[in-house]
Amino acid sequence: MTEGSPASPARVSASGWGWRHASRERWAVRDLDLTIEPGERVLLLGASGAGKSTLLQALAGVLGGDEEGESSGGLLVDGAAPTRTRGRAGLVLQDPDSQVILAKVGDDVAFGCENLGVPREETWRRVREALDAVGLDVALDRSTAALSGGQKQRLALAGVLAMRPGLLLLDEPTANLDPAGVIEVRSAVERVLERTGATLVVVEHRVDVWLPLVDRVVVLSPEGGLLADGAPDAVLRAQGRSLAEAGVWVPGFPPPLPARRRAPGAGLLAARELSVGRDTAIREGIELTVAAGTATAITGPNGSGKTTLGFTFAGLLPPIAGEVEATGELRGAAGVHPIRWKSRELLTRIGTVFQEPEHQFLTATVRDELAVGPRALKLPAAEIAARVDELLQRLRLDMLAAANPFTLSGGEKRRLSVATVLATRPRILVLDEPTFGQDSRTWAEQVAILAELVDDGGAIVASSHDRLFVEALADGEVRL
Amino acid sequence: MSVGDEGSRQARPEKVARPEKVARPEKSATHPFDRVNPVSKLGAALLLAACLVLTIDWVSASTALVLELMAIPFLGVRPREFWLRTLPVWIAAPFTGLTILLYGQAAGNVYWEWFAIRISDGSIDLATATAVRVLAIGLPAVVLFITVDPTDLADGLAQVWHLPARFVVGALAALRLVGLFLDDWKYLELARRARGVGDTGRMRRIPGQVFALLVLAIRRGSKLATAMEARGFGGPTQRTWARDSRFGWREWAVLIAGLMVGMIAIAAAVLTGHWNFIVG
Repeated sequence: MTEGSPASPARVSASGWGWRHASRERWAVRDLDLTIEPGERVLLLGASGAGKSTLLQALAGVLGGDEEGESSGGLLVDGAAPTRTRGRAGLVLQDPDSQVILAKVGDDVAFGCENLGVPREETWRRVREALDAVGLDVALDRSTAALSGGQKQRLALAGVLAMRPGLLLLDEPTANLDPAGVIEVRSAVERVLERTGATLVVVEHRVDVWLPLVDRVVVLSPEGGLLADGAPDAVLRAQGRSLAEAGVWVPGFPPPLPARRRAPGAGLLAARELSVGRDTAIREGIELTVAAGTATAITGPNGSGKTTLGFTFAGLLPPIAGEVEATGELRGAAGVHPIRWKSRELLTRIGTVFQEPEHQFLTATVRDELAVGPRALKLPAAEIAARVDELLQRLRLDMLAAANPFTLSGGEKRRLSVATVLATRPRILVLDEPTFGQDSRTWAEQVAILAELVDDGGAIVASSHDRLFVEALADGEVRL
Repeated sequence: MSVGDEGSRQARPEKVARPEKVARPEKSATHPFDRVNPVSKLGAALLLAACLVLTIDWVSASTALVLELMAIPFLGVRPREFWLRTLPVWIAAPFTGLTILLYGQAAGNVYWEWFAIRISDGSIDLATATAVRVLAIGLPAVVLFITVDPTDLADGLAQVWHLPARFVVGALAALRLVGLFLDDWKYLELARRARGVGDTGRMRRIPGQVFALLVLAIRRGSKLATAMEARGFGGPTQRTWARDSRFGWREWAVLIAGLMVGMIAIAAAVLTGHWNFIVG
């Protein structure tokens, strides 16, 4: 192949196709009949668990063989089984960190070409072409670890592009990005499609991001087959409401927002001339006061120090300079500086919800997980049981009381991580990106719980780049 | 974190037109020694160590150490970096010596005795020989590897030594996850404090934390594997290499230099009658 001769767009056809993972009883995808013509741009929607990611992985040929699961019917890319047409389809995944393969930008983009046996000179020509197409103008020996989330996703796109695929598969490529990153990646995809004319299948919860780019919307049904298929306007008109109810972010169907009472109370915690960072300051001179009955948002792009500020404010990281001081109302018998409090003293005063729920799970069952905090407070057994039962019910976890926290779904893990912190009734709740990558249903649930907490006289401090979340909840905002 | 980079990128749009070059551009910084194939550095360190573990006497170790200290300034390692990276070796050497001084096999005059401790002519000789030997093997190993880039090493192992590509490239990709695991571990620590169990039993918490890290590691690992497979890794096609890994005169020179230092050290020991073959 020579420069400027991209591969021809690929054709996809499924007839009665289905897939069941080896460890599951339920079919992930079932009875799928679908034809995608070369050059079509398809947005693939469906409730969680409808099998969208499974279909993309099957098309990319990475679903695995017979030991990984069982398939039925036929699924073809350009008339051949996808596992035989490696390189025809290129897949970009959701998590920017987990798909960077090598340490340097150039080497990472070259990786796919090497695997396809492309000669060296041709490889480096393609690397440059691909980086140019996604607009990633950094040195080839630039460290991949030093890229932002949006840049990492464009890097992954370039790596796929260098393989000259005829079918571009994107699995929620912008779910983990800040708004600037989302735009970056979307425009990169747009440019790539203009240049290559490749067929596109994109899975995404947030419909508005991709709507301008696609010419067809396909909705998978969790029961198998398709719920809808056609032009974007027609499908969204017919299916918008039910999709929104299933957790898809459909324009014109915003999730319900809670009414806020907004009655600020006494001051609880204040930061004065605060500098935060892990070893050296990444932000300086921060002033922030938090009162009971209020919600404060910390906003700013990825990497601007939102998480570090939240953790410093929550008494988990020591300030580089300046002070975080608790008022008498919050501290009670404890000292002035939260970072000097014992771990146990934090429990009733400041609770922290981590972005990755798995970082904070400690036990083997949901019920034990909820009891960790109350036990550390040495509450009487009856009181512990009462609190745990109440939370199980309130956060719809009662059916899962005996399940292992690590085995829950994304939304359930999120609810549990909030519940474990609520169990010790802290006056202040600090949350790190609480709505990251969530479907609209989990989002609405979480916002409702937090609103209730604040109106009951609690306070929350949340780092977030989710505008809707900030507008729904925040009384004040710190912009980094 | 890359906000600044984006800014500087937009400020210099003329950079877009990049001259066509076939090979990956060389690192801007660099000393000729940095470009020597890592496989040769690895070989030199192994040959040197092999010579020095044959005997245990102070003459061979000191000879090697003196030769090495004369060579190291020419290998392009900055003094600060040298001391920082070799610090563990400088600490380990005297401690190893001290242990042998106190507990080593006694011979000749005994100077001090207390329970199992016995300092004698024999243990003094042995202690010196061992301490110097730790330095003589440890310092060059560290110095040779300061300048090694893991990607270049993998290229060398696969192209020069012909180790299986699947294994070498897989290990290289996994290495990149280590940084993520370190971050995970920090978060796990902070989360223990946040959950009210951070006051006591730091050691007792470790198994739980390790388990959580393992779960996260498996998840990250399988995502990485999917990403690699999606880019054709592990497919039936014969893999090509984007970077050429050569073994030329420079590589042979480094290899021979390593061997020479070892041989001269052995010769010195034999000629002065200090040769002390370790086996038998």
